[in-house]
Amino acid sequence: MKSKTIKVDYLARVEGEGALLVKIKGQQVTDVKLKIFEPPRFFEAFLRGRKFHEVPDITARICGICPIAYQMSACHAIEDAFGIKITGPIRDLRRLIYCGEWIESHALHVYLLHAPDFLGYEDAIRMAKDHPDDVKRGLRLKKAGNEIVRLLGGREIHPINVRVGGFYKVPDKKEFSALAEELKWARDAALATVRWVATFAFPEFDRDYEFVALRHPDEYPFNEGRLVSNKGLDIAVREYDQNFVEEHVSHSNSLQSRLKERNSYFVGPQARYSLNFDKLSPMAQEAARSAGLGPVCRNPFQSIIVRSVEMVYACDEALRLIEQYQKPDQPAVDVEPRVSTGYGCTEAPRGICYHRYRLDDRGLILDAKIVPPTSQNLKTIEGDLWQFVQTHVLIQKDKLQWQCEQAVRNYDPCISCATHFLKLHIEPE
Amino acid sequence: MTAPQPSIVIIGVGNEYRSDDGAGIAVARRLRALFPSGVTILEESGEGAALIQAWQGAAWVMLVDAVRSGASPGTIHRLDARAASVPTGFFHYSTHAFSVAEAVELARSLDQLPAHLLVYGIEGENFAAGVRLSPVVEQAVEAVVERAAEDVRAAGSP
Repeated sequence: MKSKTIKVDYLARVEGEGALLVKIKGQQVTDVKLKIFEPPRFFEAFLRGRKFHEVPDITARICGICPIAYQMSACHAIEDAFGIKITGPIRDLRRLIYCGEWIESHALHVYLLHAPDFLGYEDAIRMAKDHPDDVKRGLRLKKAGNEIVRLLGGREIHPINVRVGGFYKVPDKKEFSALAEELKWARDAALATVRWVATFAFPEFDRDYEFVALRHPDEYPFNEGRLVSNKGLDIAVREYDQNFVEEHVSHSNSLQSRLKERNSYFVGPQARYSLNFDKLSPMAQEAARSAGLGPVCRNPFQSIIVRSVEMVYACDEALRLIEQYQKPDQPAVDVEPRVSTGYGCTEAPRGICYHRYRLDDRGLILDAKIVPPTSQNLKTIEGDLWQFVQTHVLIQKDKLQWQCEQAVRNYDPCISCATHFLKLHIEPE
Repeated sequence: MTAPQPSIVIIGVGNEYRSDDGAGIAVARRLRALFPSGVTILEESGEGAALIQAWQGAAWVMLVDAVRSGASPGTIHRLDARAASVPTGFFHYSTHAFSVAEAVELARSLDQLPAHLLVYGIEGENFAAGVRLSPVVEQAVEAVVERAAEDVRAAGSP
């Protein structure tokens, strides 16, 4: 019987690196393995014995794309341990800086990593030759997100102004005026992005996913909420470890997460959207509808539309937060260490990012656990590949490889969170 | 909101928690001590779009990053990116797939390259998680700092 193997040792345009192997015997998929080499165990070990106030700056270094997500989850976990709840303008500024990170991360993925798949280019460099104005719009959108992070974070990568309890310093209201003007442009550009990506052709694909995201009674989730799913999960963040488990799988040095009671689950923009459509701003909802999306989106190839809708929301929400901002009297609340364990989970651009810290009475870290979003999506990505390849087994192999890579990129896997990089080739068995 | 655009910008690229991937960051920090003013020195993770943004408006730009091209560890590569394209694959050991080479080539496509763009690559040995440079890479970092300082002086900095 004729068999073939798709082996992808360097998966281009995925943040970081990893490897993908798909085996087909006759017309039957016999194996799918997505190899991710390394979870952030180095950082968990590196954090032990450190003071609590060092944690946001250290965890920000785990990923160059989503430092805010790691900082926010770390801050919330440690504040949970110390019994602190952040409210008012400091809480709003945290939402605002998160808007910045979503805008920059989504703009990067939509324009430079994912759009070339749909327009038939090998990469954004080649796409830019034919579509320079689209690429420039993507770069300027990304920069608008960067400007938010720079203003609040102190620096655009590895921001240094975020601390447990709030910020080291907070801006005056007037410092936001130039940013607000750029964000009005960005919101229009995000709406144009939704219109642009809605014209792409999407492969037919649908699975019965379990979406998992935060849900908050009053807002689209960034920093707070309960962990919910479309299959009955509804838990507090501190119940995460009772409901989710990370497992070593034989083909990977990484860990794969699954729900203890069921199995694989799906985190990220599409899960957030499908569980929180009613909390999007009217403008973002309208943009989604006009792009042909319903309140639930189960085709992962359409995630590029969902990311674009979330960019509209993030610009809209950022403008709302800036509009109502009043500078707080203090940039942070006082923090008093105590012996405790704290739990934090926030919505990174790629999905929930879970942190747990055990601390002693001086605020030293005794034990740390960090679960990045990408390791939570690995099982789901493998599941997609099984189904996708099985239903497209007769198409030409090079096209199939391209679409397999595209299917992985649907999840914007930030493999740098989980490992250093992803290698990929295709060769006949 | 936007800082005044400096004319000379040096960007150290890498991840200091990835052993030799921190070589570019190490060079940037040492150059900062040599040029406390007159030169803008930045640290970047290597995400390509951020690099394009970082050099926007600058006339003379130097990038320093760790590489693994197959040469022996500690080898120093010096490329004039205006004169020749940067081989994609050259900087694969940066953390991100859309990285230094892609940023340079995308900027070239969009006609957004600075007038002068010099790229130093330091051949790394160990890219596993860790905070120390390999001894051979440490020596290369020192050598790049010296050569880069000469480049900066030749470009007209104080």
